[in-house]
Amino acid sequence: MAFLRMIKKRLLGLLLVVLGVSFITFAISHLIPGDPARLIAGDKASEEIVQNIREQLGLNQPLYIQYGTYLKGLATGDLGTSIRTTRPVLEDLKAFFPATLELSLVALLFASALGIPLGVISAVYKDKPIDQVVRTLAVTGISTPAFWLGLGVIVVFYGKLGLLPGGGRIDEGLTPPAAMTGFYLIDTLLQGDKAAFVSALKHILLPAFTLGFVHLGVVARQIRSAMLEQLQEDYIRTAKANGTSKWGVILHHALPNALIPSVTVIGLALGDLLYGAVLTETVFAWPGMGAYVVNSIQALDFPAVMGFAVVVSFAYVIVNLIVDMLYMLIDPRISEVS
Amino acid sequence: MNAMTEQTLPTAPDIQPAAASGLGYFFYKVKKSPLTVAGLFIILFMLAMMLFAPWLATHDPNAIDLMYRLLPPSAEHWFGTDEVGRDIYSRIIFGSRQSISVGLFVVAVSGVIGALIGCFSGVVGGRTDRVIMRLMDVMLSVPSLVLTMALAAALGASLFNAMLAIAVVRIPYYVRLARGQALGIREMGYVKAARTFGASRWHIVSWHVIRNALPPLIVQATLDIGGTILMAAALGFIGLGAQQPTAEWGAMVATGRNYVLDQWWYSGFPGLAILITATGFNLFGDGIRDILDPKQKGK
Repeated sequence: MAFLRMIKKRLLGLLLVVLGVSFITFAISHLIPGDPARLIAGDKASEEIVQNIREQLGLNQPLYIQYGTYLKGLATGDLGTSIRTTRPVLEDLKAFFPATLELSLVALLFASALGIPLGVISAVYKDKPIDQVVRTLAVTGISTPAFWLGLGVIVVFYGKLGLLPGGGRIDEGLTPPAAMTGFYLIDTLLQGDKAAFVSALKHILLPAFTLGFVHLGVVARQIRSAMLEQLQEDYIRTAKANGTSKWGVILHHALPNALIPSVTVIGLALGDLLYGAVLTETVFAWPGMGAYVVNSIQALDFPAVMGFAVVVSFAYVIVNLIVDMLYMLIDPRISEVS
Repeated sequence: MNAMTEQTLPTAPDIQPAAASGLGYFFYKVKKSPLTVAGLFIILFMLAMMLFAPWLATHDPNAIDLMYRLLPPSAEHWFGTDEVGRDIYSRIIFGSRQSISVGLFVVAVSGVIGALIGCFSGVVGGRTDRVIMRLMDVMLSVPSLVLTMALAAALGASLFNAMLAIAVVRIPYYVRLARGQALGIREMGYVKAARTFGASRWHIVSWHVIRNALPPLIVQATLDIGGTILMAAALGFIGLGAQQPTAEWGAMVATGRNYVLDQWWYSGFPGLAILITATGFNLFGDGIRDILDPKQKGK
């Protein structure tokens, strides 16, 4: 029951978020001093053509009517037309979304695979030199400009060592796999194309490392503090008294319980990664939503920027919801309380 | 009796900061945490760099010399030169003025405005409070990087507009924090007493609430400076921040990107400066949070 109530509440919240996001981006897009109709028509177009475009796009209508039209479109999944690509924004985003999601998921995998062990070690050896090293690493992670780290790994692994490609999703000579999931790593495997899979894997390593490095620190810190809390609990003392080995206690008793609160943080990190990918994608010429939105912002293509903000905020809330549902499933205490 | 007291009362480290909150105690705790001291040293070093830039620089940061384009680091040009022969070391030294003052400016503006709105909202309560908080929730629901970028683009690409955009987007965080504090302080005896003496709302907010809500706000602000510097650099990198020929670290990394495979030093050193500065503020912020609020330790 509590489960359903939470989902209902969240879906209502989702509606509010989409309304809010669309309102804010709409307001911002009408702050711009430039004239979108003039931007589309180009400098040389006559005033008449510009006026025509203005009418076509409804830019001569009062603002509240324009916003109403936008909302009506939103309800039917129409995010408007991009000024830069002249295609429907939803189509553009659909084409770019899988690349961003794939990159974010691999980055999250990297951050968790390294962050969880580091967090555990840091907690077990609290205030020892290794703890200081891990904590410094964690702070360095959140202090690193992702675009700079990206350039650095490109210089080393592409420029100097020639081990990994410096950009793109797959070698130019290879044909990208037919889109089934949109994830190159999975699609190439499904098609049994080994060369394409290896190429896709090589291409994702550097951007995923760059994007994941920032969150490595976030995950390690979270696990550390959750572990410290668990290690003080009574059941740990009982397990020790029963003669369970030191690492048996840590890995079988403390860690599973420390992971529960961490699910939220790691899940939320996925939301951050989705839009955090904006800079990483730009550096690696990764054909995802982030690179798309940076180009759109520079071209003052606000329908595209608004569409991106709405889609990402939507995804953020959905990820949140899934995380909370997981949370209730793995920790029955929570659903009982609520 | 003793056993009971031990169980029900908070343990000693929990109450220490409240009991002994003097500056002396604060510095005593700072000294005991090597990472906090390291952060403090980095901050002081960077501030000194800002103040003494003209004496520390070896060249004029904007002097163009096409004879000396893209030179590698050497005794003459410690960090090499850029595509028009400007000395990168001197540009980084002067660039600290841009990058660090962005951090301080943004945090000061968003912190003060956010704290005022938040405390006001918490003290007044009722419908005003609800409206303000819903508005803040909406702002928080938009991904901050995207909102900042969109706002900066709409205002027009310049360092000042980038600062303004970052500041506006940061306000809701302080509003929420300050309101939470205000809700607690509102119920304190001294506020109720002030009210019975006929103190105005403005007096209560500005005199009683803000000064008592200050410690968590200061911690948040310190933690934010690092993030703000990174955000400003990111905006500079995608061309929405400082414009040429201003020496700003993010913009320097961005221009250096075109030469990165052969002239790594061009992007390398300005990026390192961003990393070190942000690390300094984050280490110090983490440290003072642990000191002022031991329950949050390590989170």
